[in-house]
Amino acid sequence: MSNEVANPTRRRVLVGASIVVGAVGGVTALTPFVASWNPSAKARAAGAAVKADISKLEPGQQMIVSWRGKPVWIVRRNAEALANLDSLNSSLADPDSVDAKQPAYVPNTPVRALRDEVIVMIGLCTHLGCSPTYNPEVVPTAFDANWQGGFYCPCHGSTFDLSGRVYKGKPAPTNLEIPPHFYESDTVILIGEDGGNV
Amino acid sequence: MGVGNPNRAKAESGIVRWIDDRFPLTQMWQDHMSKYYAAKNFNVWYVFGVLSLLVLVNQILTGVWLTMSYEPTAEGAFASVEYIMRDVEMGWIIRYMHSSGASAFFVVVYLHMFRGLMYGSYQKPRELIWLFGMAIYLALMAEGFFGYLLPWGQMSYWGAQVILSLAGAIPVVGEDLVQWIRGDYLISGITLNRFFSLHVIALPMVILGLVVLHILALHDVGSNNPDGIEIDQNKDENGVPVDGAAFWPYHVIKDLVAVGVFLTVFCLVIFFFPEGGGYFIEKPNYEPANSLKTPEHIAPVWYFTPYYSMLRAVTQPLFGLDAKFLGVIVMGGAIAILFVMPWLDRSPVKSMRYKGWMSRVWLAIFVVSFVILGYLGTLATTEGRTTVAQVCTLLYFLYFILMPFYTRMETTKPVPERVV
Repeated sequence: MSNEVANPTRRRVLVGASIVVGAVGGVTALTPFVASWNPSAKARAAGAAVKADISKLEPGQQMIVSWRGKPVWIVRRNAEALANLDSLNSSLADPDSVDAKQPAYVPNTPVRALRDEVIVMIGLCTHLGCSPTYNPEVVPTAFDANWQGGFYCPCHGSTFDLSGRVYKGKPAPTNLEIPPHFYESDTVILIGEDGGNV
Repeated sequence: MGVGNPNRAKAESGIVRWIDDRFPLTQMWQDHMSKYYAAKNFNVWYVFGVLSLLVLVNQILTGVWLTMSYEPTAEGAFASVEYIMRDVEMGWIIRYMHSSGASAFFVVVYLHMFRGLMYGSYQKPRELIWLFGMAIYLALMAEGFFGYLLPWGQMSYWGAQVILSLAGAIPVVGEDLVQWIRGDYLISGITLNRFFSLHVIALPMVILGLVVLHILALHDVGSNNPDGIEIDQNKDENGVPVDGAAFWPYHVIKDLVAVGVFLTVFCLVIFFFPEGGGYFIEKPNYEPANSLKTPEHIAPVWYFTPYYSMLRAVTQPLFGLDAKFLGVIVMGGAIAILFVMPWLDRSPVKSMRYKGWMSRVWLAIFVVSFVILGYLGTLATTEGRTTVAQVCTLLYFLYFILMPFYTRMETTKPVPERVV
């Protein structure tokens, strides 16, 4: 058998074409391996909406419900806290929640809520996903001598006001996320669905 | 007999000869042991490669045994680790060997890498050894990260949450990417199960393969030494480097002393300080993972803290990129820049012994910055600490970025012909 190639151009084209077809096939064969890492049907079903009954939530209190395994905070703010929100604007990174993830039907005013006093937020810092702690009192704290009440992330020190708006110069890039939600009745919030709000 | 290398070494007779006719046993023994020559001026810095190999064996052996009793589910993981610790006979020692082994691995690997920096072991013709080694380091970090989720404690959970969120900082695709890695809307049993698979099957195979490449490359070009002299430049009439000593028995016996010292320290840790004062196994990890509550203070295991500090040190947005994404870039860059080491060092000499004062000062600055960053990474941030971390991050990068200049500018000492 001779190793000489009778028609080198044809040989090159054939080798090239074989490599391309083989590579396409090889990459395509990766599909099931990549796809199987997506959330499974079971995981997606477990991500359904959850109900929260806020009838027992007193002013100043926070309740935490789990939606898709994430902590969702529901905070009933008192009148002083609501009145204080506007005055914080100058020290916040994004007071009008322009870059924030929140449904279009939630106003991006300082209250960021469907009902002024009750705010619903995903309780994960937008920096690296730690869950900030609730510090509602207006008292000097270790992380801020002039603390106006809000949330403090223990991981990297981001601070948020009681509307989940991030303070300036903190590692968190955006305000806390507001999940889709609506009032099913006067005291029941359904978290994870838009309801009639869209 | 056969179509392989007809000149390969074979035993005279007997069972070994029978094997040699079918498998290059004697040839391999000579290539890698009895006729592999390494310089006779090795010092204590040259034991950490062998020790890394020892720890690797320890991790694989104890890992196989832990897998026999561990349950990779969100419901069962934490309890199964406690089961190993309390109910499995001598399970505690196997688990502590594995958890302390992880820290020991990084101790010896960091010292091994420092040796490479000090004596220029990455320089021509050893660039590939360095690249394979860096790939091992990277795979080892992934292995450590995946493994740390498995006990399913609070620090496992939130550590993984923070590190995975890093990928979320990538613009546009980040969030989808993180969800794809987790396989869920949050870190769940699904994530745990796939991390388990990666930790016990995929990455160990990758690491073993890379270790083989690392050693094959090393045994092809030969080891460097504290003087940076190529011993194959001076061979006797039999082709044996006059400044070399055969790996078997000379270097092996010397390494056994190091193994003895290492095992003494390792046993002291396992028996008396298995949690390493909260650095090897962090305290919040004795509480089961809770997706609704972050521990008061969260820090990665010590071997990741230098990079974690760099991540936190970036607090200002720049070029239209937010601080979080820039932090990820800085962190990734800190590891990536190590890969190009062989091309940054333009010095005509390898060893720090013959380099100029600038190389020495910069190496010292680099080491001190790395240690300070590592220490800061275990602490909560304050304004002062962030400033220190920023300075150290800058110095870390300057060590590399300025290297092509100071290694060329400085006057080096002449390297002797022979090892003394």
